[in-house]
Amino acid sequence: MAVYFVFVLGVGYALRRHVKTSTDYFLSGRSIPAWVAGLAFLSANLGAQEVIGMAASGAKYGMATSHFYWVGAVPAMVFLGVFMMPFYYGSQARSVPEYLKLRFDEKTRGLNAISFATMTVFSSGISMYAMGLLLNLLLGWDFDTSVWLSAAVVLIYILLGGLTSAIYNEVLQFFLIVFGFAPLVFLGLKDLGGWQGLSARLAHVATAQGFAPQAWSSTWSQMGDPTSNPMGVEWFGVAMGLGFVLSFGYWCTDFLVVQRAMAAHSMSAARRTPLIAAVPKMLFPFLVIVPGMIAIASTQHTGASGFVLPQKADGTLNYDLSIPMMLSHYFPHGMLGLGLTALLASFMSGMAGNVTAFNTVWTYDIYQAYINRGASDHHYLNMGRVATVFGIGLSVAAAYVANHFNNIMDMLQLLFAFVNAPLFATFLLGMFWKRATGHGAFAGLLSGTAAAALHHGLSLPRGSVPGIKGGWLALLHAYPSEMAQNFWTAIWAFTVCFLVTLAVSLITRPRAENDLAGLVYSLTPRLRETDRAWYARPAVLGAGVLAATLLLNLIFW
Amino acid sequence: MGLDIRIPLGVMFTLLGLLLTGFGFFSDPAIYQRSLGIDINLWWGLALLLFGAVMLGVGWRAAGGRTH
Repeated sequence: MAVYFVFVLGVGYALRRHVKTSTDYFLSGRSIPAWVAGLAFLSANLGAQEVIGMAASGAKYGMATSHFYWVGAVPAMVFLGVFMMPFYYGSQARSVPEYLKLRFDEKTRGLNAISFATMTVFSSGISMYAMGLLLNLLLGWDFDTSVWLSAAVVLIYILLGGLTSAIYNEVLQFFLIVFGFAPLVFLGLKDLGGWQGLSARLAHVATAQGFAPQAWSSTWSQMGDPTSNPMGVEWFGVAMGLGFVLSFGYWCTDFLVVQRAMAAHSMSAARRTPLIAAVPKMLFPFLVIVPGMIAIASTQHTGASGFVLPQKADGTLNYDLSIPMMLSHYFPHGMLGLGLTALLASFMSGMAGNVTAFNTVWTYDIYQAYINRGASDHHYLNMGRVATVFGIGLSVAAAYVANHFNNIMDMLQLLFAFVNAPLFATFLLGMFWKRATGHGAFAGLLSGTAAAALHHGLSLPRGSVPGIKGGWLALLHAYPSEMAQNFWTAIWAFTVCFLVTLAVSLITRPRAENDLAGLVYSLTPRLRETDRAWYARPAVLGAGVLAATLLLNLIFW
Repeated sequence: MGLDIRIPLGVMFTLLGLLLTGFGFFSDPAIYQRSLGIDINLWWGLALLLFGAVMLGVGWRAAGGRTH
């Protein structure tokens, strides 16, 4: 673990002398090779929520959790690389909100910038809070120690090297996470007698809860009806809600990830970034979901070495501890250090991603846009550093708030979900329909958010009490599960935003076409990528990635 | 860009690999009961070592190519 910390800080220090302008600091001087940007793209998202949460879902819902990857993330990443990146990178926008300003207007950007900046600070705080609890449990570290220590490490390396340093560290973290968790999957599977043994045990888990035997080990076969799978959703909700609206919305518009691709050294590298990232992403279910499945199989139908998930105070299984508890069950001293370091690395990469996205959006889209225009580049570079300290400070504060008032955090996350749900409709119309206007986009975003809130207020997952889970206005519809409710909230928000943007755009005055060159699909010259071999072109890579994903869906059908 | 990420990657994983392999050699075999009797430190240490060496090799070659 010490070796890792030395390297993390060393990379920041080594990169310090390369940071001279604000572009160096916020966009790595647009100089990162595609494979490095691609791995960072993945790693920024591979925070604690991902690792812990996906394993927990793997235990709760089984193999169907891989829909988050094989229906959601991978197709969205291909879409970003092939269709959307040309506008982000080509417009010379320095952030996602700035693209909104170029394409629409100032108010749309302001709305997006402010909600995004707030969200990053809170999610990095929540990540820190989760880490504090976990380290306390596993290593007996004090909550304060782990929060301040991790905040200090992240602060130092971002302060020194800016985005480049964050990206380089994310690459280190990526390999550490892969190398730290891969042996866990190997040992767990070996313990249960391979994939065969795992499915046989999962069949018992499924039938014990009244589902078909393959409910935990297949992706699509039980998706015909919401009552026949543990997730409580049907194929339409998965494909539209999770796949089209939520995943495309996240991967294609969240600056946290898009920033990594924007840092690439050329347009073709920027387009290849998400495509390269999609290849390992495709395989992640085996790394993060399968451990959860092993944990539940072993718990309910004891495995050879008798791993059992711990219980919460109320007697239910604590799914969140799948990975941490398996680490300490299967790894001897030595490997255990590597595994815990990998876990720590995942927390830090998630935090660093939020912080670098925050300092950029704050400096370019809030400070430069509204507070102090036209200052020197040096001034903005310093502002970025101040924003880094400030952002981390706020995250620490958020971690403490989360520690004391858990409900506030739940409410905030819910609020962000409402704000984010309609975003993809705005980008889709903005990029592919030249008639879409700023007033339309703004009205669409607001009404989409309102629609999400309204839908949430009128529906409830079965078996919950009205309140934070929904139904706070009236109860019109009960969903079989929280997952189903989320997917449908997203579908509603997207549809309303899409229709309102369409309607308002048609009655407001469009912008002149030559203002929109490079920002809208029909007004941008087609890119001809002739400098690369045919197999390295984005469209070909994208098609290859999609074909492989389809194959995975079929194998685990 | 200044710094080739493959060099720090290579150095870090070579070091981690050496640590794990060394530990795997000298540790009491009894601790491997939990990892199903496999000396996971030794084997995975070797894997990390290999990865580190490959990264270093590729990184150095690229650096050598640039100076010529």
